Amino acid sequence: MENLINIFIKSIFIENMVFAYFLGMCSYLAVSKTVKTATGLGIAVIFVLAITVPVDFLLENYVLKEGALTWLSPTFANIDLSFLSFIMFIAVIASMVQLVEMIVEKFAPVLYTQLGIFLPLIAVNCAILGGSLFMQQKAFLNIGEATVYGLGSGVGWFLAIVGIAAIREKIQYSNVPAPLRGLGITFIVTGLMGLAFMGFMGIKL
Amino acid sequence: MSDPLFSKKNLKLLSDPLNDSNPITVQVLGICSALAVTAQLKPSLVMAVSVMAVMGFANVIISLLRNTIPNRIRIIVQLVIIASLVILVDQVLKAYVYDVSKQLSVFVGLIITNCIIMGRLEAFALGNRPWPSFLDGIGNAAGYGVILIIVGFARELFGSGSVFGFQIIPDSWYIANGGFYENNGMMILPPMALITVGIIIWVQRSRNRKLIED
Repeated sequence: MENLINIFIKSIFIENMVFAYFLGMCSYLAVSKTVKTATGLGIAVIFVLAITVPVDFLLENYVLKEGALTWLSPTFANIDLSFLSFIMFIAVIASMVQLVEMIVEKFAPVLYTQLGIFLPLIAVNCAILGGSLFMQQKAFLNIGEATVYGLGSGVGWFLAIVGIAAIREKIQYSNVPAPLRGLGITFIVTGLMGLAFMGFMGIKL
Repeated sequence: MSDPLFSKKNLKLLSDPLNDSNPITVQVLGICSALAVTAQLKPSLVMAVSVMAVMGFANVIISLLRNTIPNRIRIIVQLVIIASLVILVDQVLKAYVYDVSKQLSVFVGLIITNCIIMGRLEAFALGNRPWPSFLDGIGNAAGYGVILIIVGFARELFGSGSVFGFQIIPDSWYIANGGFYENNGMMILPPMALITVGIIIWVQRSRNRKLIED
């Protein structure tokens, strides 16, 4: 249990998707003009990451890894399919996003209208594929750890995008030098937020 | 279509993304990988070349298939083509430059979701012939690569005093040897990549006034 909490805290603050790895920057920059839309996208990302990371974990451990196919027949012990992982992960993500979209539309129509176009767009958000690839690299022991990692990364991304959206709303009223307006100042503010988040690095978990 | 291979229109496809419609600083595409790999020049260069290879080929393939892909499933088709090309690039990198491929870690895989590629496929390759699409892909990848190399150069020079791993700042300049110079350790940290790109945008827009947002 302690282990799970550690992974959760670590993936939110210390290994924050946006500030430490720059994942999901495209939508982070494009959709952070107002807090309301940023919140919608953030929730969708949490949702999808918490589902795709454990699914990809199962795929990795029961299909792709070397010797992972032994549950089918012991003769498969030498088969290593890990070179297929990119294409498998992206296929899982694209289909999970579609599935999540259908489920949300059926059971939570209010949430569905709030998320709107963001749900399908998430399939090409690097944070999602990045979550799965980092999961593969970190070699988690069980599906619980993987799920918590996915959830934590999503929450970290959510915090980052809501934070920058709030700052951008305020910056509209400031006198920013003309060439820096819009994109430029957003980059620099994100950099400063990243420096602030680096303060968490000293924490030993 | 009787255009010569390098007509003015085609050359514009190559040169535009370098400045006026740069994928990173103007179209805001493909930022993720651009920032994470730029702590040193060598991985930045490898990344730029990999993206160029994937993008050139993906644009040509999609452009050849553009009349046969059903509109509803085009995203999946694009993803599959990009993913296969990225697998090829990944295997080549692992075979020939293993240490760089270790350094790039997950970011080679993340070329798949690099929005430049999807963005150009959607915006250009789906509606144009193979040769212009190829030039558009190479041009945009070059625009992306230029920014990557500028950022990588600045960060490696100021952060570790070297370029391509060769030391540039003379040893005698360092404080440890009685000089006056100290490496700026902050340049190696991730946030400085963002700030460097911010400054590039600032410089570019103050020279090219029509790009300014209001």
